[in-house]
Amino acid sequence: MNIPNDLFYTESHEWVRLNDDGTVTVGITDHAQEQLGDLVFVETPEIDATVSAKDAVAVVESVKAASDIYAPIHGVILDANTALAEEPELVNSDPYQAGWLFSIQPEHATEVEELMDQEAYEGFIASES
Amino acid sequence: MEWVASISTVSQFSVLLADDWKEIPPWSKLEIADQCRSILNKIAKACNTALYIYSIPKSIAIPMTQKTPLYENHLQAGGKMVDFGGWQLPVHYGSLVDEHHCVRNEAGVFDVSHMTIVDIDGTDSSAFLQRLFANDVASLTDVGAALYSCMLNEEGGIIDDLIVYWMGDRGYRVIVNAATREKDLEWIRRQSEKFNVTITERSELALVAVQGPLATERAVACLPEELKAPSRALKRYTACAHDDWFVAATGYTGEAGLEIALPQEQVGEFWNALLEAGVKPCGLGARDTLRLEAGMNLYGSDMDETQSPLSSDLGWTVAWQPVERQFIGRTALQQQRDTGVGQKLCGFVLDGKGVLRGGQVLYKDDAEIGVITSGTFSPTLKKSIAFARVDADCIGDCMVEIRNNRIAVKHVKRVFVRKGQPV
Repeated sequence: MNIPNDLFYTESHEWVRLNDDGTVTVGITDHAQEQLGDLVFVETPEIDATVSAKDAVAVVESVKAASDIYAPIHGVILDANTALAEEPELVNSDPYQAGWLFSIQPEHATEVEELMDQEAYEGFIASES
Repeated sequence: MEWVASISTVSQFSVLLADDWKEIPPWSKLEIADQCRSILNKIAKACNTALYIYSIPKSIAIPMTQKTPLYENHLQAGGKMVDFGGWQLPVHYGSLVDEHHCVRNEAGVFDVSHMTIVDIDGTDSSAFLQRLFANDVASLTDVGAALYSCMLNEEGGIIDDLIVYWMGDRGYRVIVNAATREKDLEWIRRQSEKFNVTITERSELALVAVQGPLATERAVACLPEELKAPSRALKRYTACAHDDWFVAATGYTGEAGLEIALPQEQVGEFWNALLEAGVKPCGLGARDTLRLEAGMNLYGSDMDETQSPLSSDLGWTVAWQPVERQFIGRTALQQQRDTGVGQKLCGFVLDGKGVLRGGQVLYKDDAEIGVITSGTFSPTLKKSIAFARVDADCIGDCMVEIRNNRIAVKHVKRVFVRKGQPV
């Protein structure tokens, strides 16, 4: 299972990348995409929407099930990955790069650092199974 | 070492339980079994092993996980195992969509050993099954012929759907669902009291379904010599047998192919031979998308004891002639037929974005007119399809509510794909 060490993670299996300009990019982890199976539909959030941490802001659907995606932190939605409308399978094939879901302008600069790091997320997955 | 320790703990515990089992009053057995299961589960979890209970009497319905004889083969093939009605079965082996296409274009194999095989024989067997099933086994005039039927209660509600094969001197073979095993067997035994029949559950047999346009050719190559020629010659909905091997040209995918019952000691070798012959292992996920595209009902989702064949789009499986045949549920069903059923099972397609799922509600002019019983994304059509039970006077295009949005859905025939092609 691929868990990069330069990302942060949530208990609902989103990954969060802190970009150089202070914005964050969000997607679902390799573990999450594997659990869901082949994705067939992704609904990304509206740009400029103000979101709170743990708000359901997007939906990914596999053949078998629909799953909510939660905002990992407070902020404003900056951008969404429109390529997923035509190619939802990017989330399966490349969850940490081409399969990103949306980006956020954080309300509090330090909130991201309260999330799990690679090691903590690894332990969290082990405790869940 | 942990694994050995936990298995020995588990079996010692259940043997202790079995010794004193007769002394325990029946009303508390289930509760005790439940508590034991919970304790055993904790032990198993602490030891990081799967739980398998051997010795608790079968007469008690305990929701525990069982393994088919192919369990290890699934793990070897990379199967993602899930609990399905008390059975550990693969939901997929990597990609549900790839498995789906493989069955539509080539050949795939499903382990369906969890399903219940019951042989019914004896001088009254025909008369018994003519009473037990809504379809008429009298139409099975050639040895090996098969028939799809519902088994109804007196109210016309569906206890289960099944396939019955007439195997001549061998009697009848009935294959019913796994999740309904206990209630089916109890119902069949209860109804058989006035008939001279023997009812034998064949739990020692494994069952695999090899499905797809190339399935028959590839599966036949792996069969015992005696069965190769007769299996190749099978017409749709017929079967042949040799010793404890049984081969039927039936399935649950809308494709050609075979369903094969065989002794469980031999199924591992047969499975490996199929894989070597280019047949791809397929999981429950693909089985569900394939049957939905093919317009086939799933018991427990699209029908149950509160629904009749007439409200489940299975009117064609009810043999009304001859009128003298008093099958169980006939009177109630006749009444429904005369007055008309309130709701019908229909097919729907979503042309827009999203996926239809069981439980979503359908609306017409803001009035609720029905509910989706099964829905999925169709890998063949590349859009979402569903069955829904809808008020009979409102059947047509309508709106579905998905996450508080109403989206238009189109009413279509309930067969979406036939022999690999969109209908």
